[in-house]
Amino acid sequence: MFKKLVKWARVKSPWILHFNSGACNACDIEILASLMPHYDLERFGVMLKASPRHADVLICSGPVSKQIAPRLRRIYEQMPDPKFVVAVGACACSGGAFRGCYNVMGGIDSVVPVAAYVPGCPVKPEALIDGVAKLLGELNKESA
Amino acid sequence: MAESTIKIPVGPQHPFLKEPCKFEFEISGEEIRGAKIRMGYNHRGMEKACEDRNYYQCLYLLERICGICSHSHTTAYIQAVESLLGLELPKRGLYLRTLVCELERLHSHLLWLGVAAHEVGFDTLFMYTWRDRELVMNILEEISGNRVNYAINTVGGVRRDITAEQRKKILDLTKVVRERVAYYANIGTNEPSFMARIQGVGKMSTERAIEKCAVGPFARASNVDRDVRRDDPYAAYGDLEFKVITSDSCDILGRVVVRVLEMVESCKMIDQLLDKLPEGEIAVQKVPRRVPAGAAVSRYEAPRGEDVHYVRSNGTDKPERVKVRAPTLCNLEAAAESVVGSYVADIPIAIASIDPCFSCTDRTTVLLNDRRRGVRMATWEELRRHGVDWYRQNKGIRF
Repeated sequence: MFKKLVKWARVKSPWILHFNSGACNACDIEILASLMPHYDLERFGVMLKASPRHADVLICSGPVSKQIAPRLRRIYEQMPDPKFVVAVGACACSGGAFRGCYNVMGGIDSVVPVAAYVPGCPVKPEALIDGVAKLLGELNKESA
Repeated sequence: MAESTIKIPVGPQHPFLKEPCKFEFEISGEEIRGAKIRMGYNHRGMEKACEDRNYYQCLYLLERICGICSHSHTTAYIQAVESLLGLELPKRGLYLRTLVCELERLHSHLLWLGVAAHEVGFDTLFMYTWRDRELVMNILEEISGNRVNYAINTVGGVRRDITAEQRKKILDLTKVVRERVAYYANIGTNEPSFMARIQGVGKMSTERAIEKCAVGPFARASNVDRDVRRDDPYAAYGDLEFKVITSDSCDILGRVVVRVLEMVESCKMIDQLLDKLPEGEIAVQKVPRRVPAGAAVSRYEAPRGEDVHYVRSNGTDKPERVKVRAPTLCNLEAAAESVVGSYVADIPIAIASIDPCFSCTDRTTVLLNDRRRGVRMATWEELRRHGVDWYRQNKGIRF
């Protein structure tokens, strides 16, 4: 009963944390833009939180530079279970334009497990909304 | 009596920072006594990567230095390459390039105004400016095909022409933006709660701004009358009439006023550009793939300040060295100084007032274990080992 309630709350109102792991800012402003009135991701109950300890979903952009990798791992570990990571942008999915650069790990999944990939360089807000909606749909199925 | 201070670390993941960067503030009570910056979280090694790519592929990569001033970096780079090639660009190409420059400045300043309002807790203005920013983004998407990385530059001109219909849409946009900017100017200088947070905060005197090499709107708000667009005109800026906005208030209010009025100037410039838009080609038809040996420096007034690119060629189709000096690098030191003397509560807005862009800035990593300079960073394990050994040798304590 309690589990059901938690799952219901998670699907209806996921709290997200945005983290830039060495991205070029383009994805980050698009993430922000999709939370703004024009696209309004908040209508799905999504809420941007400041602390990893409050977040269910980590929205992460960037190819993960070597200096940020331990921080990303630490932030991931600080999040309460169950947690989901959404890799936003081509470089978060695979390294993208920065693949092969000497200071880049190449994708979020080289550091932490990823639940959803949203490609695009940078992602369009529409694509991001689609990705989040699909993730929520999956979570909903699991809870059924 | 020595005053006791405590240090508070901020970042690299922090709600007020949109990008990773670490600050260490030394505070005494509520007052800030000193600030240190630790960067490098966004260093990806792009300058090195440029050496493996040809001039056209570099264009794609350098656009991704920063997502907000993407056009600035490609234009600065391409101007250096074009001067090495000795190309004479068609007028229409230059005008269209400048048009995107100014549209980018509009969207960047609107974005900044929203973020600044958000940092002081004025979220209504944040939502308003970001709604208006979407209008500019729609136009940029229509003329270039992408919302953020426009990819409109190419060696020898631009890649897309605008149609008469698009021209009309842009003119309509500037009308709307002018109305909205007048409204923001009114709020920015008359709203008492907003004023209370920004007036007299983050002071930076003219002399210190020059000494600290501040650039862009941050320097102009400290009454440093510098603008590359006027002082060293590039692209089509030589044909345009515009004012360089400065303010002598030397605080965050000045930075808001400078940026808001710059948006008005940008609208004026866009109107002039579309008015005078010459007919003809948009790009040089045949561009050699190999660039003659030499070196070139190019300056560009990005929304955040002066952006400098250095390109050295060795006669092949790949650059030998590309060096980027982004505006935030110059302003960051000055910003760290400007927070000294204000309260802890002013940190977010004072740092945000330079419009920091760390992905532009992080061009180098510094090795902390640099033995030649006597700098060394010890890990926890090394330190523990050292402690055990030291006591064994000097105090004879053995376990």
